[in-house]
Amino acid sequence: MELFVQQVVAGLATGSIYACMALALVMIYQAIEHLNFAQGEMAMFSTFICWQLMQWGVPFWGAFVLTIAFAFAAGVFIERVILKPLHNAPVLSHVVTFIALYVIINSVAGFIWDFTVKPFPTPFGTAPLFGSNLIGAHQAGTIAVTLVMLAFLFVFFRYTRIGLAMRAAAANPTSAKLVGIRVGWMTALGWGMAAAIGSVAGMLIAPVVFLEPNMMLSILVYAFAGAVLGGLTSPGGAVLGGLIVGVVENLAGTFIPVIGGELKLTIALVIIVAVLVWKPSGLFGRSIVVRV
Amino acid sequence: MTEPTAKAPARQAPPQINWRFALAILVVASILPFMFKNFVVFQITMVMVYAIAIIGLNLLTGFNGQFSLGHAAFYAIGAYTAAILMDKFDLGYVWTLPVAGLVSFVFGYLFGLPALRLDGIYLALATFGLSVATPQLLKLSPFEHWTGGVQGIVLMKPDAPFGLPLSSDQWLYFFTLGAGAFLTWCAVNLVRSRTGRAMMAIRDNPIAARALGVDAAHYKAVTFGVSAMYTGVAGALGAIVIAFVAPDSFTLILSVSLLVGLVVGGVGWIPGAIFGALFVSFVPNIAESLSKGLSGAFYGAILLVVIYLAPMGVAGLFKAAAARLQSKKA
Repeated sequence: MELFVQQVVAGLATGSIYACMALALVMIYQAIEHLNFAQGEMAMFSTFICWQLMQWGVPFWGAFVLTIAFAFAAGVFIERVILKPLHNAPVLSHVVTFIALYVIINSVAGFIWDFTVKPFPTPFGTAPLFGSNLIGAHQAGTIAVTLVMLAFLFVFFRYTRIGLAMRAAAANPTSAKLVGIRVGWMTALGWGMAAAIGSVAGMLIAPVVFLEPNMMLSILVYAFAGAVLGGLTSPGGAVLGGLIVGVVENLAGTFIPVIGGELKLTIALVIIVAVLVWKPSGLFGRSIVVRV
Repeated sequence: MTEPTAKAPARQAPPQINWRFALAILVVASILPFMFKNFVVFQITMVMVYAIAIIGLNLLTGFNGQFSLGHAAFYAIGAYTAAILMDKFDLGYVWTLPVAGLVSFVFGYLFGLPALRLDGIYLALATFGLSVATPQLLKLSPFEHWTGGVQGIVLMKPDAPFGLPLSSDQWLYFFTLGAGAFLTWCAVNLVRSRTGRAMMAIRDNPIAARALGVDAAHYKAVTFGVSAMYTGVAGALGAIVIAFVAPDSFTLILSVSLLVGLVVGGVGWIPGAIFGALFVSFVPNIAESLSKGLSGAFYGAILLVVIYLAPMGVAGLFKAAAARLQSKKA
């Protein structure tokens, strides 16, 4: 039983990382209705920027804020420059564009900072929390930051004019345009916010998995699974989905004999697909009614 | 840019390659292996193998509107079926193709059944999971006796039969060309048939198709099976041509390459497969030769340029050219 509790808590700790990234994925999905495969690489690149700033002597929180600003600007830039001209292209062309962005960012990061693994500092310290050995301070900090971001997003979308405008632009672009919302810029804003959230995720993940250009690959898989599991229309669901994926992954690795360890990822994905077959729009997503 | 919405008929009827054109291509294709070194012949053979796999993906995505990031799994199933049959059962390589096709069809059909419940992005996730799982399953220790684990299986390259004066690369080129031509012919006929129309009706408007009495569940699952069969046969051919299979050749990267090939060639246009296959086979090498360190960036940049210039792939370029020719005639 103690092992079980320990594994669940450890799963929550890794799950918090997935949750953070899943939140970023859902943000972009709200704005453009596509999953952005390059999201993880954008986060990785931002994390490198943070690392570089710290190498130049900027203190952690200063670099943290500057990195978020950089990520936001980069997200807006990518949307305006690369994706806007493809506005009317078919969905699959968008997917291929994301793939292209993925390889470009990955390769450029490898070129500038090379592929050696770099340690990344944590702002929360590595000491175990409250003297227990269940969860470290960094993991607890990650969960706290994720929840703060979630609360911020909730308030932003629920109570600000610009949040309302963004929701309108996503829900019905034509009508939104008619009431004077600049739909194009709302999309760009969505990209910027998603990139900013992703950069926070990257900076929280880097102390755990270490900094290198391929660090986000497996995390993106889990985050993708978490976001879809929780429902792509619900940021809260995405966070919960991320946590569930973390726990399921950990429990499968511990309790399923022989294949559990080797197939952790596969088992997690199978369970998620099974859930989706039963609830096709995710655990917390609205089912979307299409007008015929 | 062309004016896309103005010409309604051009949209529904992508340019078809007529039989004279096809014959000309076949003639050129039969001369090619005598003009190049064995290694180049091998490369062109692999282009055809990828083209067959892309046709498989196109049947599913282009004609039935189902999205897949998991075709590396079916490619792997075909490749391993062929390799195990040749390695453990001494079956002639020619006979591995139909068996590989059948096995892949069954797997594809079975995977297509739960996938019926999933649409768009959710199907993408499910197939994505399939891609991620494949190399891990192939490496799994209980199967090691059959799959050879991480090491994979090394095969013998077959020689040309009947004492034909061909090197084995040249012979495999013709073997693949024959299989590819046959499969392309089948795909073109399938798309033109009643089944093909049902597939496209489901893609364009599933609710209307159902109202007209199309059994959507049946057609979607069968299309998944047929698509997997094409990709599986391509996998078997690939295994024979390379004479080696290993789990790490069948990762997500292969699935993504097939998808890139599909989009570059043109979604819903069968001849596009060959252009897509050329792209995914040669452009990475070109990018590599431009810069070792930044090869990924160059590959991505070339890909972006292609998408900018031809958002509908090579099919879109052909369509635009055909439209221009027609307007000149008129």
